[in-house]
Amino acid sequence: MPKPFSKLTATAAAIMRSNIDTDVIIRIERLVGNSVRGTLGKWAFGSLRYLPDGSENPAFILNREPYRQAEILVTGPNFGCGSSREGAVWSLQELGIRAIIGSGFGDIFFANCFQNGILPVVVDKEIVDSLAAEIEATQGAGRVSVDLEAQTIVSPSGKQHTFDIDPRRREGLLQGLDEVSLTLQRDNQIHAFQAADRTERPWIHFARKSA
Amino acid sequence: MGKPGRTLLAKIWDQHVIARMSGDTDLLHVDRHLLHDLGGSRGLLDLKSRGLKVHNPELTFATPDHAISTARGRAGTSKIGQELLAALRVETAASGIQMFDIDQPGQGIVHVIGPELGLSLPGSLIVCGDSHTCTHGGLGALAFGIGSSELTHVLATQALIQRRPKTMRVKFEGKLPLGVTAKDMILALIGHIGAAGGTGYAVEYAGSAIRDMPIEGRLTICNLSIELGAKMGFVAPDEKTFEFLRDRPYAPRGEMWHRALTAWRQLPSDADAVFDKEIVIDVEKIMPQVTWGTSPEQVVGVDARIPDPQTIDDPVRRTSVETALEYMGLKGGAPIAGTPIDWVFIGSCTNSRLSDLRAAAEIARGRKVAPGVRAWVVPGSETVKREAVAEGLDKLFMDAGFEWREPGCSMCLAANGETVAPGQRSVSTSNRNFVGRQGPRARTHLASPASAAAAAIAGAITDVRTMGR
Repeated sequence: MPKPFSKLTATAAAIMRSNIDTDVIIRIERLVGNSVRGTLGKWAFGSLRYLPDGSENPAFILNREPYRQAEILVTGPNFGCGSSREGAVWSLQELGIRAIIGSGFGDIFFANCFQNGILPVVVDKEIVDSLAAEIEATQGAGRVSVDLEAQTIVSPSGKQHTFDIDPRRREGLLQGLDEVSLTLQRDNQIHAFQAADRTERPWIHFARKSA
Repeated sequence: MGKPGRTLLAKIWDQHVIARMSGDTDLLHVDRHLLHDLGGSRGLLDLKSRGLKVHNPELTFATPDHAISTARGRAGTSKIGQELLAALRVETAASGIQMFDIDQPGQGIVHVIGPELGLSLPGSLIVCGDSHTCTHGGLGALAFGIGSSELTHVLATQALIQRRPKTMRVKFEGKLPLGVTAKDMILALIGHIGAAGGTGYAVEYAGSAIRDMPIEGRLTICNLSIELGAKMGFVAPDEKTFEFLRDRPYAPRGEMWHRALTAWRQLPSDADAVFDKEIVIDVEKIMPQVTWGTSPEQVVGVDARIPDPQTIDDPVRRTSVETALEYMGLKGGAPIAGTPIDWVFIGSCTNSRLSDLRAAAEIARGRKVAPGVRAWVVPGSETVKREAVAEGLDKLFMDAGFEWREPGCSMCLAANGETVAPGQRSVSTSNRNFVGRQGPRARTHLASPASAAAAAIAGAITDVRTMGR
């Protein structure tokens, strides 16, 4: 069940490279197994965070103060593209990230964020760029605010920007709703659909291997 | 004026609406839910821990592909890979879900077996916890990848809450030049509109080059939809689709087949349907493609030069090209052809079907893999393997110095211990050239099966048209 999200003021780190894919966020071998959750924060952004010898790469932003404490990421275009692995979201969550602000996200990654109580905010690229510039200018000391109720973000210098969000997603995140339980309340509708569909499209429902 | 025409997306979408949720978001019925070894048992265990049962096990199918070794006898499958396989067996059996197990007919890469078994049908809605589920769109299905939470949701409810995407139509027009394949067409499109060019859209592929194309090529085209950012991509079903599906093990038969055909013939977008975005590509101008960077959008014709960062004015783009070239160990401005390679991987849900293996074999026949190059052929499924062996392709590849493997995802995603060593360069028929995709610091160049085979023989990235028969 996702944790509710309403409002957050926190350190933000800008990772502005475009097309950061979910393989870069978390390597697949870290996700092989049924008990990987809780082990992933250490491996988030592995190829960027660590040098080939396993030591920390001092040049990577999340290895620097105060960005180690970042709860907000400001990201370049198409962040989270690629694989559907929800482990990408889990690893960011374990790293302490609670909101991600960018001009666009991979569709599946975007959906996975909501399932875990992480807020992805889509705003124009100019706003993303100016946020990143402000964060850099304050060397990370300037905090960023994200308010889901009001649908606003406030930059370190106090500039306020509004953002759009699907009302259903907003509600789900504010309340930390569990989609499975909600849909199961509609089980009679699902059964009614299937009963009618069995007549309409029997080939879907009676797929049986013929000899 | 009558009603405006409807797109294929609208027709299939509307047929699956169980309930309208809000705005353009609907609760949709899922017709086929495909599970694999990496996430299947996790979802089933998650369901169990919530005290829930699988809503429709008869609409759910499973196979191991991601985490198993493709060595003979599956030797070398990691301990954890074996555990996942065992868990998938136990949990699917407990829930009454059919599983196509290793060494059984039907096993293979989940996106290869769906179409080949006739599980994936026109007009159906198919999901799987894997982003390349868009592959099944090649048969005229709405098919897309989902995350772990959505996977549990589908197991519990056989339904999914989705927002209707915008529509894009890409028309590929003209006659494909010799040596140019479906893979080259879709890579050229990604190069043209970028890795985020399709984000938020469902892409319908149309035009004469798509109509002329056999189903396996359409599956390849749709497979890379996610690499242009589109969660789903599809081709309207036609007589080629129906011929492909006829008599497949799980396709409808007899009276039901005829009823299905009548319904499927209604699916193509109406002539006056309006799309949010339209793109036309002249396929006669497409060269064999090869990627040079770490995103599928970083792609050029094989006769072209690698972009030179010094000629790029935009600082953000310049840095992005420089970063990619540094990772790839390439020099900007140099020709891509002639770049020496260490590995060739022919396989994956993109290009491991029989026609792909035939195309690679045509180049490999009577030739030898260059010294110092390791080349693998990994058939997409047990069925593909059996059919390829019946044609003697296994022997042909082995005579040429390729290794012939068991079906699975193998080196496409490196979740099974099968990796390209750090710093080594691979030409791969798979779908992602991401940083570390084929192993930490591995360097991947995406290309068609024929181009990959040509690279294996030449020991370097090569224009396959110079090796044609």
